[in-house]
Formats: sequence, structure tokens, C-alpha cells
Amino acid sequence: MLIPHPLLGPRDAQEFTYLGDARLLARPDGMAEGAEAAFYDYVYLRNNPAGVHRELWFHEHGDRSWLVVTRDTLTHDILGAELATDVVRRERPR
Amino acid sequence: MRVSKFSGFRLVREALRGHRGWTPLWRNPEPQPTYDIVIVGGGGHGLATAYYLAKVFGQTRIAVLEKGWLGSGNVGRNTTIIRSNYLLPGNQPFYEFSMKLWENLEQDLNFNAMVSQRGIINLIHSDAQRDAYRRRGNAMLLSGADARLLSREDLRDLVPFLNYDDARFPIRGGLMQPRAGTARHDGVAWGYARGADALGVDLVQNCEVTGFRTRDGRICGVETSRGPIDAGKVGIAVAGSSGRVMALAGLRLPIESHVLQAFVTEGLKPVIPGVLTFGAGHFYISQSDKGGLVFGGDIDGYNSYAQRGNLPVVEDVVESGMALMPMIGRARLLRSWGGVVDMSMDGSPIIDRTPVDGLYFNGGWCYGGFKATPASGYAFAHLIATGRPHASAAAYRLDRFARGHVIDERGAGAQPNLH
Repeated sequence: MLIPHPLLGPRDAQEFTYLGDARLLARPDGMAEGAEAAFYDYVYLRNNPAGVHRELWFHEHGDRSWLVVTRDTLTHDILGAELATDVVRRERPR
Repeated sequence: MRVSKFSGFRLVREALRGHRGWTPLWRNPEPQPTYDIVIVGGGGHGLATAYYLAKVFGQTRIAVLEKGWLGSGNVGRNTTIIRSNYLLPGNQPFYEFSMKLWENLEQDLNFNAMVSQRGIINLIHSDAQRDAYRRRGNAMLLSGADARLLSREDLRDLVPFLNYDDARFPIRGGLMQPRAGTARHDGVAWGYARGADALGVDLVQNCEVTGFRTRDGRICGVETSRGPIDAGKVGIAVAGSSGRVMALAGLRLPIESHVLQAFVTEGLKPVIPGVLTFGAGHFYISQSDKGGLVFGGDIDGYNSYAQRGNLPVVEDVVESGMALMPMIGRARLLRSWGGVVDMSMDGSPIIDRTPVDGLYFNGGWCYGGFKATPASGYAFAHLIATGRPHASAAAYRLDRFARGHVIDERGAGAQPNLH
């Protein structure tokens, strides 16, 4: 698999390590009401879709950036990749 | 129902009569509109569940619904190893129960599943690893299983062809379970299918479940590609596709689907006496009765439903094989394939009720489901028939993650691709 790194161009997936569903970017607030249930959901439960999946890859043997890669779990086709920091800024504007 | 028993006498008789007397192993029935119990998934675990429901727990009017053909999933894709060499209390008694069922499986089913107790050896490469395996061996003995700690000299007698003096990972000994071994994986599915069919279970193939029907929070049937079927209880045994099927019931699981690859070489003369596992990497190998070296290693490590993997893991697995036994480099690879496995959040399976009354779940087998087939079927049948977990599987609860009672053999945490 080749991952289209937004800064470095196409890179072999072997340079990366895989973490999982990109929903892990949205970490619950540990001080909020219902934090225990929210963390159970966050740590253990997964949507695990057959099809398009947004997931976190770490460019460990590269520029050490976290990417959000959009990939089809049925075909392994990679549909896009962006920097996780960009995703966080866009989805959680402060 | 007419079931013709297999025997040596019958084989000779059929041979003399030109093999014209053999009959199909099971019927191919149309689905009935109503069953007491519907099992979703016609793989090893689903078929075993149906068999034990009918045989041990006296249940009738059972159907197994399979979207493809019987045994078309992971029961035909694994590396055929059976063993009970786990460490943790929630796991080891269950796998030892499975081992005991394996030992009597062929007599029970009257079917040759080619169960061959040729032993498994986990290799030791350091003093720390010897301590860990000694502890594991003691845990195995405490559960009633067998275990032997082998010295380097013992090993040299048993398996002289290993790379004992590798500079990085010298081999210092091994932990052996003599009763472990291999079984003919398809034969296991066929034996359970034949046994279940003979007890009146309807094995319905090409019948995909597309939805669940509930009434007042209780299951009352399934929607399928061949029409709706009413059911009093529904058991799910579709490991690999658990996420997809349980999503139809509105449930999210502590499971990711990953692809695990396996490999077989051309047929060779007998060279590997049992099952060997490399303790310094992730590599396991045995030799099939046909002569092929059957081996595998790590999962690819990313979510996948593709039933095929990628080349980096092929390279990684083969490198491990070369490090362990350099002679493997002379064998030509015949085939490789991939299976989709349920990687759970603690590396251990789930056999439990679900929040939907009457809906039961069996899954999360990671890459260890084959050896568990008999006990998984037995424990799942026990749960469905009696409503209570079987003693050997009492720790495999769906809510154990919320309660903090995880069963994490590797100590890797909630990271499915590390188990």
C-alpha cells in the first residue's frame, strides 16, 4: 500500500505504524459528567466498518507526523490522506 | 434420517463395489418458516454449536444459516493447530476443555478429522523467556493439561535442523505440549455438519442474514436473503464478520476485523515432527500429512475485510522462518491466502448474551479460533440452551471490558493489532 503523504508524496505503508479508527482523535473529557461510559466507548468500542474507514497512521520511519488516512477495508484502496493536525483544527476549531 | 456409519469394513465393501454406495454427508434443505434456535454462521463454531445443541442439550428445530457454503470462512483458512498452552485462568481451562473434546472428536462424530497429537514446541531464546515459559507450563499443568520444559539438548534430539547458534536469537530450549498437534480443518467442519444434519439440524447454505427482527426488546427472528425466518433464540458465530452482523442489531463491539495470512509450500518428505513456534518473532510452522510446510506469523495490522494481505507481512513471516530454520529457503511456496479475523480488545474471545434478549454472541477469536472449535461450540450451546455460561467459558463476557476484567495474555492493552 502507498500512502499519499500530504507533505512528502507517496510513501510505502511499511514506513508507518497503524493505530486505528480516526475517531480516537476525539478524546472524551475526563472531568465531564458520564466520563466513565464515554471512556469505555472511546477505549474499547469500534464501528469496524466494511468499506470506507478513516484511520490513524503514524509516519514512524519518516517525518513522525500523524496522518488521517481514508481507506477502503474491503479493497485496501487508499482514497486520501491528510495531516491529523489539520483534521483536528478543522473539526474542532478553538 | 438415514445415516450410514463410516468404518474400515464399509470402506472395503465400497471399494469392492466400485464406490457407488457413498451418499452425500448432509441434506441441502430449504429453510423452514420457524425454528426454535437459529445459528448464524456455518463455519466450525456455528456447526459445532448446532451439533452440541442437538446432541448434548436435547434441543430440536435448529437451523444453521450460512451466507456462502459450509466451512467457507476461517475454518478452512487457518493453520490447523490445536493446543491448550495458555497462561491465564480465564483462558487455559477453556482451551484444555477444547483439547479434551478434540481427543474424542472423531469417535464422537464418526468422522476422520485427522486429529494428530504430534506435539507443539514453543522455542526459548533467553533466560527471561525460560522463566516465562516455566510459569506458563506450570499454569498448564494446574489446569490438567500436559507440559514439558525441554533443554537445548532435548531439542537437538527432537528437531536437529533448527538454527541453534543464531547470533541474535540462539535457541536455549523449549516448552512442549505433547498432546497438542494438528487436525484436518475442513474435515472438522464437515464432521460437525454431518453430525448436526444427522440429528435433524437444517444446514441452510447461500442464506445471508440481512437483519434481525425484535419484539419488545426480544429477538423473534431474522431477515435473510431467502426470506424471513422466525426464531425463539438466535446465536451469532460469524467471527471475522462479527462487526457487520452485530451492527444489524444496533450493537458496537470491542472488536476490529484484521487480515491474517497463511502459507503452504510444495509437498516435501516428512521433516518437521510437530508444531514449532519461534519465540523471538511471530512464526509458527507444521507439516501437513500431504507434506506441505504450513506456516504463518503476524497479522497485517490494519483493519481489513479483504481476505487477502500485502507483501510486507509475507516478507516478515518468511524472514522469521529463515532465521529459525534456514533450510526452509529451499522449499518453494505453493500458496498463500488471507482470512479475516475478529481482533478483540484484549486478545480473548467473547461467548455471551447481548443486550437484545434471546440474541447470543460468539466471536472475537483473534487468530486462535480453530483450536477452540469444539469447546466454543459446546460452551455456546450450553449458553443458548440453559441461559447460563458454561463453567469453562464463564470469563468470556461481553461486559468484561466495562468492568475492567480483561483477559489479556499478551499484556498489550486495548490495541487489537498487538494481540
